Parts: sequence; C-alpha cells; structure tokens
Amino acid sequence: MTHAPILEIRGLSKAFGPVKALSDVQFTLRRGEIHALCGENGAGKSTLMNMIAGVLQPDEGDILIDGERVSIHSPAAAQRLGIALVHQEIALCQDATVAENIYMAAINVRRAPLMNFQKLHADAQKVMDLLAPIPVRTRVADLSISNQQLVEIAKALTLDCKVLMLDEPTAALTESEARRLFSIVRGLKERGISVVYISHRMAEIFSLCDRITVFRDGRYVATDPIAAVSPDDVVRKMVGREITQLYPDKLAPQEPGRVILSVKGLSDGRRFTDVDLELRAGEILGMGGLIGAGRSEIAQTICGLRPMTSGTVALDGKQLRPRGYGDAVKVGLVYLSEDRKGSGVFLDLPIAANISALDLARLTGSLGLLDRKAEDRQARELTGRLGVRMAGIEAAVSTLSGGNQQKVAIAKQLSVSPKVIIMDEPTRGIDVGAKVEIHRLLRQLAGSGVGVVVISSELPELIGLCDRVMVVREGRIAGELAADELGEEAIIMLASGVQDSSDQRQAQNVA
Amino acid sequence: MSPRESGEALVHAEIKAAGDVRRINFARLASMREAGLIVIILALCIAMSFASPHFLTWGNFRAMLMSFSIEGIVVVGMTILLIVGGIDLSVGSVVCFSMVVSGALFLAGLDPWTASLIGIGVSALIGAAMGFFVTVIGLNHFITSLAAMVIVRGMCLIVTKGTPLSLFTLPSSFKAIGQGSFNGLPYVIIIFVVVVAIFDFLLRRATAFRKVFYTGSNEKAAQFSGIRTNQVKFWVTVLCSTLAGLAGVIYMARFGAATPTFGAGMELNIIAAAVIGGASLNGGSGTIFGAILGMALLSVVTSSLILLDVSVYWQDMIKGCILLAAVSIDHFLHRKKS
Ligand SMILES: Nc1ncnc2c1ncn2[C@@H]1O[C@H](COP(=O)(O)OP(=O)(O)OP(=O)(O)O)[C@@H](O)[C@H]1O
Ligand SMILES: [Mg+2]
Repeated sequence: MTHAPILEIRGLSKAFGPVKALSDVQFTLRRGEIHALCGENGAGKSTLMNMIAGVLQPDEGDILIDGERVSIHSPAAAQRLGIALVHQEIALCQDATVAENIYMAAINVRRAPLMNFQKLHADAQKVMDLLAPIPVRTRVADLSISNQQLVEIAKALTLDCKVLMLDEPTAALTESEARRLFSIVRGLKERGISVVYISHRMAEIFSLCDRITVFRDGRYVATDPIAAVSPDDVVRKMVGREITQLYPDKLAPQEPGRVILSVKGLSDGRRFTDVDLELRAGEILGMGGLIGAGRSEIAQTICGLRPMTSGTVALDGKQLRPRGYGDAVKVGLVYLSEDRKGSGVFLDLPIAANISALDLARLTGSLGLLDRKAEDRQARELTGRLGVRMAGIEAAVSTLSGGNQQKVAIAKQLSVSPKVIIMDEPTRGIDVGAKVEIHRLLRQLAGSGVGVVVISSELPELIGLCDRVMVVREGRIAGELAADELGEEAIIMLASGVQDSSDQRQAQNVA
Repeated sequence: MSPRESGEALVHAEIKAAGDVRRINFARLASMREAGLIVIILALCIAMSFASPHFLTWGNFRAMLMSFSIEGIVVVGMTILLIVGGIDLSVGSVVCFSMVVSGALFLAGLDPWTASLIGIGVSALIGAAMGFFVTVIGLNHFITSLAAMVIVRGMCLIVTKGTPLSLFTLPSSFKAIGQGSFNGLPYVIIIFVVVVAIFDFLLRRATAFRKVFYTGSNEKAAQFSGIRTNQVKFWVTVLCSTLAGLAGVIYMARFGAATPTFGAGMELNIIAAAVIGGASLNGGSGTIFGAILGMALLSVVTSSLILLDVSVYWQDMIKGCILLAAVSIDHFLHRKKS
C-alpha cells in the first residue's frame, strides 16, 4: 500500500447564497483506506461529497486526483474518473425494476444498442445478493426505504471505481444488513479501492475506518488515525462541547401508568397478523426487528394510514376507528414516517409551512384563515428546541442538510400535542448532539404522560432509550424484552429467529 | 420591443432578482417574479406608446382589460388546479358549454339569471365528473380533461345543433353584466377584480387553500399529515370548472350570442398565462396575482402586435415563443436552486 493520496481537496469553499456551507476545507484520501468523515448536521459533509461527485461545483479551491488538478463538472465526469457516490437521499427511478436501477449508471457508460435483459437480471442479482437477497425484478417503488438504500449501494458497487463515497449508507439499515455492508467495504479496501465513509454512528466508524476527519460549521477541524482518538474526542471535536450522558434515565420499574394505547389482534391480511400491543403512559416502548419484518406497516395501520382486516385499536380506553390518518391525528395519535423525502417533508415548501401541516386546525381562526403569526411562532420555537440549522423559517426544506430535514419532520409531530406518538426511525441521519436532545425530548414527553413508541433499527438506541422492546419477526410479535433483559444479542436472536437463516432471507424478500 | 428582447429583459430581471435573495424564500421568489413581470409589461407599454399613438389611450386599455378580464376568471381556477398538481384542458369547452346551455335555456323561456345559474351548475357537475375520474378511478388530470374537452365540445354541438344561438332578446339588465359599466368602469372588470382579489387572498391566507399547496408539493407527505388529498383534488377540479362556467355566462352577456365553437384553444392561453406567472406544472407553487400578470403580458403583446400591423399568422407563433422563454427561465432558476 502506497501512501500517496488518491484524492486531495485543497482550500475548497462553497456557498449557497448567503449560507456558507464550506469554507476553505481540506481533505486527503489515501489509496486503499477507509476514511470516516464526521460532523454535525449541516457541517457540510454531503456538500463536499456532491462536489467531488460532480453534482455541485466549488466556488473556490482544488480537487486533485492522483496528484493532478481536475475539474469535475458533471456526475458523468466523476464516473469517468472512477468516483462513485452513494447519496444520502435515495435517488432511484421508482418505476423501474431493481435490476434496471442497479445498472443504470453502468448502462450509461456501455454503448451497446440493445439491452440484454437476461444477463442484466442475472448480473444484477449477483450484485444484489452480496447485500441482501432482494429479487431484482421488483419495482423499486414496492421496496421499503431500507431496501431501497441497499439497492442504492448495489448500484455503486457495479461501477468500476477507484474512490467510493458512502453518505450515511447505514442510516436506514439494521444491524445485519450493516454488517454485510461492512464486510463488502473491507473487501473493496483489500482490492485497493479507497472509501469515504460518512456516518453518525460512532461504533461503526471505530470498527470500520482507518482515519477520521472532522468538520464543524463548514470548516475543517482535524484528521487523525482512528487508533489515536476515542469516540469522546471525536464528539468533542464535532460538537465543540462535552456530551456526558448519551441516553436519558429510564423509568423506575414500578412507575408505568395506565394503558393509553391498546391494540388487540391486529392484522392487515398481508404483512402482519395478530399483533397485540399495550402502551402505558410514561413509558417508551421500542419496536425492533429486521428490515421488512412489518414494523412500519403495523404502526401505519394503527394510525389509520393503511387498512386493517381485523383487530381493534383503543386509545385511552376508547375504541378507535379512524377512517383516515386525519381522524387519528384529531384524537392525538401521530406517526413519524421513516421515509423522510417521500412522505415526511414537503421539500419545496418553507420550514414553517412544513411544521404546521399536521394540524392546521389549531392555527386557524374562526373565519377559516390561517394565523401566520402563530405559525411562525410555533416554527421558531420548535426549530430552536431541536437546533435546526437553517437560514430562516421561510427557507425551503430542500435547502437543509439531511439531518436538519429530519428535525423538521420531528418538529411537525411535536407541533400537535399528541397523546401517543409513534416514531419510525426518529434519529435517522441525526448527529450525536442532536440525538441526545431528541432522546431527552422523547423522555420528557413520556414523563408528561404521552405514550411514545420508537421504531429503530439501531440497537444501541433501542437499548439505551426504551423501557421495553417488542421484537417483530415476519409480521408477528416474536417476543418482548423488559428493561433488564435488553441486549443486542437478545434482540438479534428474537428478530432473526434462531431456528433457521432461511427465515431471514424470506423476511428480507418481502419488504 | 421584439419578443426576443422582452425575453432577454425577463432573463435580466430574474437574474438580477435572483442575486438579491438573502435567503431562498418562496413568497419572495414569487414576488420577484411578479415584480419582473410588471417591469416587462410597463417596458412594453412605454415602448408601444412611442410606436403607436393609439396604444396609450383609455379606449385601447379598456379593450385590453375587457379582453382578458373574462379569461382572467378562468385563469384563477386553472392556477389553483396547477398548484394542486392537476391541469384542465377542458376549460375552453366548459366556457362554451355553460354559454350554450344558458343560452338554450333562455331561448326555451327561462329567465336569463336562472338559466345562467343552471349553466354554471352544469359546469360544476362536469368538474365533479372529472374529479371523480381523477380521485376515484385514479386517472390523471391530463387525460381526463383531454377527454372532457372533446366530449364537452361535442355536447356544445349537440345542444346547438351546430349553429350559433342568437340571443339579442336577452334583457338589457342581463346584458349589462357584459356590456354595461358602473361610473365608467365596466362590470366585467369589476367582477374580474373581485374574483381575483377573493381568491388571491384565500390562497394566501385560508387554511383550506393551504392544503392545496401541501397536496401539490408532495401528495404522499400530505396524506401522512392527515390531509385527505383526494378531497382536495376533487374540489379544486370542481372549482376550476365552475369558474369556467361563470366566465361562460359573462361571455354570453357580453356577446349576446352563444357560438358552439367558442373558446376552442382557450385552455392553452390560460395555462400559458398561469405558467408565465410562476405556476409549476409539477404542482406546489404558483400565485394568482402572477398568473394574472402573465395574462396581462400576453394581452399586451397581442394588442401590440395588432397595433403594429403584424399579421395574425405571426401572433400565435410569437406568443408561443414567449411561453417557451418563460418556462425555460423557470427551469433554469429551479435547476440553479437545487
Ligand atoms: N441547495 C442548498 N441551498 C441552500 N443551502 C444549502 C443547500 N444545500 C445545502 N445547504 C446548506 O449547506 C450546509 C451544509 O449542508 P450538508 O448537506 O453538506 O450537511 P451535512 O454535513 O451533510 O449534514 P447531515 O449530517 O445533516 O447530512 C447546511 O447548512 C445546509 O443548510
Ligand atoms: Mg448530509
């Protein structure tokens, strides 16, 4: 392994109007290393990746490949230079099949006049199977977000690249998919491919990466060999302060109050059957399971976003028969979608309008007119509480970094005063500091009598935050773990079912 | 000023305005576009006042205002429909149908006010039918309204048996809507201003209309915010047709006749006006004031071309080019943003 940098960034700056996303940053990627890039939400990580991949153009500064200055004016140019990027936001053709998506970039390079679908499918399946056995003839729109994320990664693997940049690839993945991804990335490293790896999960970074670079507020802070720093050092460099307690205190065991949400025998006839669930005031209930186990579907059905075929849902002892999600919101049952871009936010609308979307009635005067002042006040308060980094509450959500968009989606849920709040991957893409803040907020909500359900693919989050975790496998409740039984192994065992690994294959297929 | 120059002026105005954004703010982006349009329209008017002594006369202005006032009512509905992510190609046919139905009912002995109300009601029903196909059956707006455009035009021909209805017997109290004026201000213009003011206000301030923006911006996210997007789309479709119906009866009062071929091609002018004014065909953005300015621009251009003795054969082509320029600029700005 030589130590000549394959990619070097010098004095790069980028501004979006008045917002300085990056000022005078540097970055060096050595041949065959896995290099972590860390920073808070909005620190400029994705912006840097987009410039290296030719999506954005720098205002100032140089990009050097193999010691030569290059200008990368388009994604196609980046491809020719052997640079591949897995975007933070999923950007697949929803109506095309998995195979077509995987080979989209490759087809673009190849110049054959006709498509050989037989070969396309076979090749695509081979690449896809490295990550997860998703049938490649499926339409992308029919896949869950996590599986779409896997397709996005598979797409990058087909390119014959020298530099692979992964922008929060595991944000939507569970432990087992993430592990497969890591072994693939290590394999790439063996083959001399250099990898830039962006993540907010410290554990991952420390087990996978060789060196780490930290950005703060669009500025370069430091680059260190991973062995020379501890997670705490990294967090301090990122956030600029010490974070002492990652997770808030849990409930004392005897505390839980009355039942606020009770679900009995819920089935949708397709994805899950006979789900029982009981949520008590004051507690945070976790839902774990593999991708495609049906967690999101269960939550969406409870909230009236999907039809149910049998079962009952009762809120505060009162039977709930929502005709649509609007009815559920009215009685105080809200759901945060895991699909931020697809169904969580209105990208081209202002932040304030996004936050007020869930409950306009509360902001409406007697004449049916919207109280814009109240809307602004609410937006200012919630964005302040969650620390959204933005130009102003009138800025479009599309101008925010991924993590900050997620905060807006959460702010929307908090804007109503819910009785029960079900959050599907609430801290997806959120940085360490903000995560602590959101966890504290959820704990506060629970403390004030709100029922909180957290669906998470991140085991440490489930274990650190929740008082009780329900594990879903193939559309059934596989088991429940009390606070003192919680552990990574216990959850994984329930989630995958110990008997046979073919179950796991199946579970992933249907997503 | 040639259309090419006006296109360039538009580019310059937009680029200059774009440089001024302190933050990306949609209300401001819209008002920038509106300001840009006003500048262009004024520039055109000044240039024309030198080119033709007839241009800056009250008579010509009144004629221009009259000519786009009634269409302007349709533009209001179209803009709201574009914001929700729909489109309606049938408005020209519906304007005509409302006109011939009211006219035929009047000739059959009904009083013209009742006849007009029925004409507007029937238009609303056409909108409801389209809304049904879009929301319940799940077709898209384009195809549904394309079919409706042809079907309703056919119905116009059936009702009139293909010949224009002569309505000179309409009582003058009714004709006044289209021909009379109040203190020198034509009723047509008053109605137009009132409709525009009401809907512009509602669109900016009313909660119900905010849902139109949510639905058009991201329908799935709107559903995940508890909004019944199908209801929103349905009622906006009905609203657009209803306003077309209202325009139809005003045309009837104005012309004292109902021609079964009236309004053919009108939809294109109307969609063009809304798009020049900033409505996006992808939904989620647009303002009524902007759309009206778009309409005004097209109207000033038409009037100029006539006064400059440009052959009618050229007029459509030039208007088409203006549309293309406006949409290109829009695309350019959007690409720059993301
Ligand atoms: N198109 C845009 N218009 C305006 N501002 C933008 C745009 N894209 C990014 N920004 C701003 O640039 C800054 C850096 O954003 P970037 O997406 O690079 O952050 P990030 O480090 O990837 O954060 P995250 O961890 O949340 O993904 C943010 O403040 C963001 O608001
Ligand atoms: Mg990012």
